[in-house]
Amino acid sequence: MTVSTKKDHKLAEIFLTGTAAMQDLPLYSNLKKSAKEVLEESGMPTLKNEEYKYTAISKRISDQLTHFGTPSSIDNLQKKIQGQQELFRLEEGYTLVCNNGIVDAHLSKIDPQLFQLQALTELSEEKAAQIGGIEKNEFDPFTALNSLCFRDGIRIDIPDGKIIEKPLLLVNFVRPDENGACIHPRVFIQVGKNAQLTLIEQTIYLGEDPVLVNSVSEWKVGQNAHVRSYKLQDGHKKNLEVSNTRSEVQQDASFTSIVLSLEGGMIRNNLSLDLNASNCEGNMYGLYLLNGKTHVDNHTNVDHKKPHSESNELYKGILADQSRGVFNGKIFVRQDAQKTNAFQQNNNILLSEDATVNTKPQLEIWADDVKCSHGCTTGQLDEEALFYLRARGIGKDAAKALLLHAFAGEVLDQLKEEGFKEYCEKVVHARLGGHY
Amino acid sequence: MLSIKNLHAAIEGTPILKGISLEIKPGEVHAIMGPNGSGKSTLASVLAGREEYEVTEGEVYFKGKDLLDLSPEDRAREGVFLAFQYPVEIPGVSSTNFLRTAVNQVREYRGQEPLDAVKFLSLMKEKMKLVEIDQKLLSRALNEGFSGGEKKKNEIFQMAVLEPTLSILDETDSGLDIDALKVVANGVNQLKTKENATIVVTHYQRLLDYIIPDYVHVLFDGRIVKSGSKDLALELEDKGYDWIKEEISGTTV
Repeated sequence: MTVSTKKDHKLAEIFLTGTAAMQDLPLYSNLKKSAKEVLEESGMPTLKNEEYKYTAISKRISDQLTHFGTPSSIDNLQKKIQGQQELFRLEEGYTLVCNNGIVDAHLSKIDPQLFQLQALTELSEEKAAQIGGIEKNEFDPFTALNSLCFRDGIRIDIPDGKIIEKPLLLVNFVRPDENGACIHPRVFIQVGKNAQLTLIEQTIYLGEDPVLVNSVSEWKVGQNAHVRSYKLQDGHKKNLEVSNTRSEVQQDASFTSIVLSLEGGMIRNNLSLDLNASNCEGNMYGLYLLNGKTHVDNHTNVDHKKPHSESNELYKGILADQSRGVFNGKIFVRQDAQKTNAFQQNNNILLSEDATVNTKPQLEIWADDVKCSHGCTTGQLDEEALFYLRARGIGKDAAKALLLHAFAGEVLDQLKEEGFKEYCEKVVHARLGGHY
Repeated sequence: MLSIKNLHAAIEGTPILKGISLEIKPGEVHAIMGPNGSGKSTLASVLAGREEYEVTEGEVYFKGKDLLDLSPEDRAREGVFLAFQYPVEIPGVSSTNFLRTAVNQVREYRGQEPLDAVKFLSLMKEKMKLVEIDQKLLSRALNEGFSGGEKKKNEIFQMAVLEPTLSILDETDSGLDIDALKVVANGVNQLKTKENATIVVTHYQRLLDYIIPDYVHVLFDGRIVKSGSKDLALELEDKGYDWIKEEISGTTV
């Protein structure tokens, strides 16, 4: 075998060998076959790969993990949930509990009138064939890796016209064991015409052993449907997280994503919105508060294909110690997509000289009647503002926290679900008062 | 109350203040005038504790405490208030939340109980009348999108709420039309008591028609070159600063 420096074939090989002996999932044999081909061809990405030039996650996986298999399910999860302080608890709404990536029906609370919830292994052939149709294996090696490795997953269908007023909380409990330290959650959500859904995703890490969570989420958002998707990443310094989320948005529909990255070892989020029809709205917001050696990389991509669509994007970061933030925002405006409005902002505050940010906007515009703007700033805390607050009697640390909270607030304000917003504000507030 | 002795200060190695001495007693209003670049704003900044200025010589005592030894926040808590020449816009920080934090940190320093929301609100309402500030402004982010006049009014409003013993107004009048100027001056006058003192730093005599000083000092090239009563301000208005400059060079030659 020839080894090219662009690709980490060794790591891919480990996964390919590991999964070769696994029992076949006939519903997904085509998907897995194509995943295998992609990985054989491309390997896992290294720094030589343009899309991963700042994020050496494959190397981290090789260095940090010893077991590349999937851990078995966690015993007595119910008891562990009760003692879990970091868990956001819904006052009202629906909860889906996953145990190392596999849904636990007993611990979940879902109204079958509103949701059709099925395990991927129980789908009809027709429905199973849609898995991998939105986020295709060839789009990202980690998507292919997920397709290759997942043993089950979740499909949710929201019927046409169903407005789900209370949020759906998807909690994934994760704990590596002697069988493995890699989890590949797979979710497919179809939101019917005129339907509406708010999803809150949280991963709870039990213990602090090294673990990789490599998730793929596919969304099919129907005409005039409205989706809000919130993701909270608040793990520990040894967790590696890769997420590939892609949403296909139909006419008059909207999709809003908010990703809060508060703690973790290395995190890579790929978020893509395909605005496939006219009058779509796509919103992407992110907040990352990093310290220690935490590394968070957000790659976003919005593709305007038809006229009169709008996208708004705001990612903000506060970085301390030797942490690193990466932001890459692609905006495509196709020739047909006249009257597109597309806005992108990435703002960062560096609290330490050793913290780094790499930010890159990438706009490709083929239509001529559009409004697009982008901007990025990276700087220190505003000294003048800090002095102003101190000159009024506010102590230095409190003044800093006030300014940082205000900076972060612009993203937190986008959370429309009150209970979750309060929870996040509390977590962020504690962080800004303490860790920095 | 405030005793400045032979104060020297520099920014990035360039000396700006070159030996200022000044005594201020409770109940007094002192005006500091002088041409651009004479060091007026530097003096205000050094007293408030702006960190980019380095004090190279001299001492400043405030109510018996070494002021230069205190952090900016502790100076404020001791009762020093600087009304900024250019109040800073701070997006995302609400005026009310900011002021409540400030009031309660000052109270904590003085060993007083924090004000609860209700008491704080009634304090705000009382002081709002004093400076004729619109309540709507206070529900917005601090100074964000405020007009020049609104920003200066907000400074005086904060001063009213914090009730300092020594207020330093740094060019509070510059850029204000006469109506806004009157409102600001009126606020300052109403806050005047026998116990507190005010330093008015200004380039224009106009403000001193409304805030009547007990003493006027002329600052030139980092030194106080002339002190007098309010009539000195009128003389300066009449003759300009060149007259002072000539007098200085005359004496030094």
